[in-house]
Amino acid sequence: MKILVAVKRVIDYNVQIRVKEDGSGVHTDNVKMSTNPPDDNAVEESVKLKESGKVKEVVAISIGEDKAQESIRKALAVGADRGIHIKSDSYIEPLGIAKILKKIVEKEKPDMVFLGKQAIDDDCNQTGQMLAAMLNWPQATFSSKINLKDKSIEIVREIDEGLETIEVNLPAVVTCDLRLNEPRFASLPNIMKAKKKPMEQLNAKDMGVDLTNRIEQLKVEEPPKRKAGIKVANVAELVSKLKNEAKVI
Amino acid sequence: MAREAMEYDVVIVGAGPAGLTTAIKLKQLDSNLNVCILEKGSEVGAHILSGNVFETKALDELLPNWKNEGSPIKTKVSKEKFLFLGKNSSLSWPTWLLPSVQKNHNNYIVSLANLCRWLAEQAEKIGVEIFPGFPASEVLYNEDGSIKGVATLDMGLDKDGNKKDTYQEGMELHAKVTVFSEGCRGHLGKQLIKKFNLDDGKDPQQYGIGLKEIWEVSEQQHQEGLVMHTAGWPLDNKTYGGSFIYHAEKRQIYLGYVIGLDYQNPHLSPFDEFQRFKTHPSIRKMFEGGKRISFGARALIEGGIQSLPKMYMPGGLLIGCDAGTLNMPKIKGSHTAMKSGIIAAETIVESIKNKTDLSIYEKKFKESWIYKELHAARNVKPSFSWGLILGIIFTGIDQILFRGKLPFTLKHKHADHEALKPASQMPKIEYPKPDGKLTFDKTSSVYLTGTNHAENQPVHLRLKDPYLPISYTLKEYDEPAQKYCPVGVYEIQQEKFVINSQNCIHCKTCDIKEPSQNITWVAPEGGGGPKYGNM
Repeated sequence: MKILVAVKRVIDYNVQIRVKEDGSGVHTDNVKMSTNPPDDNAVEESVKLKESGKVKEVVAISIGEDKAQESIRKALAVGADRGIHIKSDSYIEPLGIAKILKKIVEKEKPDMVFLGKQAIDDDCNQTGQMLAAMLNWPQATFSSKINLKDKSIEIVREIDEGLETIEVNLPAVVTCDLRLNEPRFASLPNIMKAKKKPMEQLNAKDMGVDLTNRIEQLKVEEPPKRKAGIKVANVAELVSKLKNEAKVI
Repeated sequence: MAREAMEYDVVIVGAGPAGLTTAIKLKQLDSNLNVCILEKGSEVGAHILSGNVFETKALDELLPNWKNEGSPIKTKVSKEKFLFLGKNSSLSWPTWLLPSVQKNHNNYIVSLANLCRWLAEQAEKIGVEIFPGFPASEVLYNEDGSIKGVATLDMGLDKDGNKKDTYQEGMELHAKVTVFSEGCRGHLGKQLIKKFNLDDGKDPQQYGIGLKEIWEVSEQQHQEGLVMHTAGWPLDNKTYGGSFIYHAEKRQIYLGYVIGLDYQNPHLSPFDEFQRFKTHPSIRKMFEGGKRISFGARALIEGGIQSLPKMYMPGGLLIGCDAGTLNMPKIKGSHTAMKSGIIAAETIVESIKNKTDLSIYEKKFKESWIYKELHAARNVKPSFSWGLILGIIFTGIDQILFRGKLPFTLKHKHADHEALKPASQMPKIEYPKPDGKLTFDKTSSVYLTGTNHAENQPVHLRLKDPYLPISYTLKEYDEPAQKYCPVGVYEIQQEKFVINSQNCIHCKTCDIKEPSQNITWVAPEGGGGPKYGNM
C-alpha cells in the first residue's frame, strides 16, 4: 500500500503571533516556522505503518513557497521515502489545496491520504474533508487511533461526545489528531540522508486547476485583551456578583 | 555499546557570529574540508540576542562583498547621544567628549539574530552543514587527552532519566579540530577552561546580564539611525551598568539594559531595574503609546583581556565569548567574535597542513587588531569597581588622554558570585508595580520570547546540593535566584525551592551569579529555549 501524507509549514506554535498594523495579516519575517503539529502526527503514523510492513511507500507533499521544502525534508528525515513540493508564493485556500491534492492523488494513486486534522495558522479544518468529497472517497477525521486492515481501516475518532469508532473502506482520506502518537525525533544521520532523498518540484499554476481564492479577507486583528479580575471577600459577595453583575446565575 | 559516530574535519559548537565565521573562513581557505555546526536553538538565530551596533571590520575581511549579497545590515548610525540620568533629571554628555571607542559613526544598527541567519545561508551555500536543534552535551577525548569531538544529547528521556518511546541516543561527532563557540558561559567551554587550566594566571572572568526589548513607536518618537546610551539612575554609584537605545528601521527601537553581575545587593533584580529605567521622564516619552513586541535576556562577558583564557588546547579551540573576546568600553563583541573565528579558521588550516598543534592561535591572535583593541580597552571595566564617578574620570584619562596606553593593568579582584553581601546588610528594594503598558512583569515578558521546553524531560538546571537554597542561600542572601533570573525560573514556594526550567531562556545568569556556584546550566533537549525573531 501507499500513503500520501500532506504537510504544511506554519508559524511555530511557541511564537507569539503579531498582527500587522494595517490589518492585512500577521508578521512572518524572521519568525520561526515549523511543520503544522498534527501533520507531524500524520507523518509519524504513516512511517509506523510502513515499519509494520503493511505500507510500502510514504510520499510527503507540501504546497507553498520554497521554504515549504523544509517540512518535506523533515518528513523524509523521519522515514518518508520521497517528496513532492508544489510551489506557490501566494496564499491558496483549502479548496485550492484540495484540488491540487486531488490531481496528485490521481497521478500517484495512493491507498490513503493522511493529513493533520487542521492547520494551526488558519484553523480551517477543511482540506481533508474537501479532498475526500472531490475524490468521492470515505473520510475518517480526527483520528486518535488507527488499525489498518486489508481493505479497510478502523479509526477511533476524537469527537465532542467522546470517542467514536468507525471503519471505512480503502482508499480513504484520514485526518490525524494530536493524540494519535508521539512524533519521533529526526536523527542526525537521517537528516543527512533526507537531503539525498528524491523531491519532485512542480508549480501550482501548472496543475490545471482553478486556484482563484473565493474568500475576501477584510481584516485581521488581535483578540480583545482580557480585563483584570477582581477579588471578592466572601462567598456571599461572589454569588451576588454572579447574579447581579455577570448575570450568569 | 558504542554510539553511532560521524567523522568531520572540523566540528563547530554554536552557530553564532564566531562559529559561523569560522565555518565560512574554513571553506574559503579549503573547500574540501568537511565542516559542520551544531546549534542548540531550533533554528539559527533563535538563541541570539544582542544590542546591536555592528562594526563591519571583521565582516569586511570575511565577505568583502556583503553589501551586495542581501545582508541585513542596512541602518547606518546617523546620530549619537549619551545621557547621565538622575532620578528626574538628565544631563547630555557632549559626544566630542566621548572616548573614540564609543563613537559609532561608521557602524550599523542590526539585529544580530538576522545577521546570523544570513551568515548561515552564506555558509550553507559553500557546503557547511548546520544542524539546528542538536545541542552538544559532552566533550569526547582521545586516549592522549586531546579533544576527539563532541556528543549530542540523548533525546526522549523523561524527567527521571528513563527512556521514553521516542528515545534516541545521542551521537558522536569526531573531528580533527573541534571549535567551541557557544557564546558567554558556554557549558562545555566552562568544563574545558577547568580541565585544561586555560585561565591559569588570569583574572576571574567578569560578566553582565543584558536585557533587551524591541518596541514599535510612532513616527514622531522615531529617528532612524539614532544611537543612545545612558548611565546613572536607577542604579546606584556602586553598580556597573547602563542602557542602550538604538533606533532601527521600520519604526522599531532596540532598547536594553546591561548590569554588571558583580553587583553586591542580593535584593537587586536586573529585570525590574530595566523596567524601572523606562519610567524616567526622558526615556518614558520615547516609548509611551508604543508597543513592546519582543523581550529577551542573555549574559555577556565583561572581563576583557585580563580575564581572557588561553584559547587553544589539544584538538580544540575556544573562541568568541565562549572565551570572552567582547570589548566592554566599546560595548561590542560581534566583530571581535568574528575575528576570533577568522583566526581560528586560519589556525586550523595551517595546523592540518603542517601537522602542527593549535598553539599558533595565540601568536596570530596577538598580532591581530583584536588584541590591540582589547589591550587598549583593558582598564575601563575594572576602574568602575571604584564607583561610577571615579570610573568615568579614570576612563576619561585612560581612553581620551592616553588612548588605553597607560603603563599598568588594573585587575579584576573577585568572581561575580563572590560579590554579593548578606541580605541583612543590604537595603531592600521596592520596585514599582508594572503598568502593563510601559513596564511589565516577568510572566508577560517570557511569553514574548516564544520559550518552551518539551515537557517531561530531565531538568536542565542542576543543583549540586538540592538542600542548599533553603538551608543556606535563602537565609543568607534571601535566595537571589528569585531576583537575578530575568524570567522567574526560580521561586520559593512554601519553603520549597522550585525550578520552572521550561521558562529558561538560556541566559546563564544563574550559573554565573549563584553565590555558592550551586546551579549548573546544562543543555536541554534540542530545540528548547527561546525562539527569538529579530533579536
